[in-house]
Amino acid sequence: MSFSWNIVTDLRAMWQWAFIRNAFEAGGIASVMAGIVGYLVVLRRSAFATHALGHGGFSGAAGAVLFGVNPLYGLLIATSSGGVGMALAGKRATTRDVEIGTILAFMLALGLVFLSLYKGYASEAYTILFGEILGISTAEVLLMLEVSVGVVVVMALVYRPLLFSSLDPDVAEAKGLPMMALGLIFMLLVAVAISFSVTVVGVLLIFALMVTPAATAVRLTQRPIYAVTASVLLAVASTWLGLTLAWFASSYWPYPVSAFPASFFIVTIAFCIYVAVRLGVWVARVWVRPLPAKSSGDVEPISEGV
Amino acid sequence: MQKGNLDLGDPEFAIRASRVEVAYGKQSVWHDATFDVRRGEFVALIGPNGAGKTTLFRLLLGLQRPVAGSLTVFGATPRRGNDRIGYVPQRHSIDNDTFVAAQALVRLGIDGTKWGPVSSGRAHRDATREALEAVGATELGHVSLGQMSGGELQRIFLAEALVGRPDMLLLDEPLSNLDLRRTRELVEVVHGLVRSRGVTTLLVAHDINPLIECLDKVIYIANGRVASGSPDAVLTSSSLSELYGVPVEVLRDSRGNIVIVGGENPHEKAVA
Repeated sequence: MSFSWNIVTDLRAMWQWAFIRNAFEAGGIASVMAGIVGYLVVLRRSAFATHALGHGGFSGAAGAVLFGVNPLYGLLIATSSGGVGMALAGKRATTRDVEIGTILAFMLALGLVFLSLYKGYASEAYTILFGEILGISTAEVLLMLEVSVGVVVVMALVYRPLLFSSLDPDVAEAKGLPMMALGLIFMLLVAVAISFSVTVVGVLLIFALMVTPAATAVRLTQRPIYAVTASVLLAVASTWLGLTLAWFASSYWPYPVSAFPASFFIVTIAFCIYVAVRLGVWVARVWVRPLPAKSSGDVEPISEGV
Repeated sequence: MQKGNLDLGDPEFAIRASRVEVAYGKQSVWHDATFDVRRGEFVALIGPNGAGKTTLFRLLLGLQRPVAGSLTVFGATPRRGNDRIGYVPQRHSIDNDTFVAAQALVRLGIDGTKWGPVSSGRAHRDATREALEAVGATELGHVSLGQMSGGELQRIFLAEALVGRPDMLLLDEPLSNLDLRRTRELVEVVHGLVRSRGVTTLLVAHDINPLIECLDKVIYIANGRVASGSPDAVLTSSSLSELYGVPVEVLRDSRGNIVIVGGENPHEKAVA
């Protein structure tokens, strides 16, 4: 391969490779899923439950590796069943840190023993924990595409009731929304988004796709539909930019190194955007448009006896 | 669903309760409750913590069934998802980092139960604007919920309940955590809605004094029993003593403020 500093030539050189094209497609699909579902995760404060489901996914993927099945199936099965379990456990279950943490540790241990029993222990563990987006096959991309089309259709149908039940559960219940069913649908959507995100950035870094872009987006716009859009765009941008940077860094790095992990760049970019947005919002608030204090006029000296 | 034009309900009464008993498991909350609320009445629900005020709302919303007696809302058995009722539950707080514009929440009050894409976007937007206007919160539409003060939030919740043009409002402790000025402002807004729209309104309150001038009726829940009537009839030493089964004194100051002494449980302050 020859490289120039001409960006167009370089990009064309990069996209010659099927594994790179697969990585961009799979990364794009996973990021769209993560961006959409991530907004609701942030809104419902289920970030820790999401993290835990990812660890459940670790045991699923490890089990699949041990039995010679595609790890993506193992991921989907483990995260879905974990998600259904959490949804059935009730609406408060996703915020029960202690119980979730206990199950999370057990799931990781289970994954550990599955992988120990498998011959290629080290490399498979590394792949599941930190992602190996450059190893995704065309068949896997097609599977991801099919599932994600289903997710987008479901999302379009349940979007408003799901938003309502997340933001104002008591009123939504009184208005007759099926809360249990909505919780179940939400956890299944989370399960799919996690399984896809794990293939891109791995179990340990899924927050970078599932939470960081959405957490950035809610600070940019306060209209839910715009926030979902921004969350998706940020997730896709982080993934594609991260992949490109990983490719160029690995190509241009003058010292002998096998390859820079794509997950590092993806997570770093998502993180940098998050920090930049928080800083920007802070600067805008402090210097550009000072807001009145939150409780102005709300607490005043009591002048009359109650 | 059958909202608006054709109203087959009871023409006179919004709520009729006859010998209603409600329980959680085997634990009876209150029993033998017989009262009614006429259409367009402004009613305060008072009584000590844990007496079962919110439970009455749950019955009216169809979230819970009475174990005995009969209860009707607009002439029909209460059912979940009744869009003639607007509900503001008691909320202890909203997180500072809830980055959602107020108007998005208000709008969910009208389209939050609709599945799939909606075609009536403009109508919903207009209804949202009109609801914000009705509670005097037009300028708050774009403010995010996490940035709002307690009084502002209560207006937004009220707008959310109001946006579907309900015939009845159930407001659970909207005045708690508000200072005197905000309390008075919110009471004025609610009272204005009751009078201008004829919305039957039940409001759970800890302190009856800010409301006393606008009320049509008081429902007092204590000691497993329910008393109702005009404020002057219910809030007397003899009526409350009978309700509690122990001597209770109702004191009035020179401006008509009421203090209830003796009926509170040990955790309660000496305020109705």
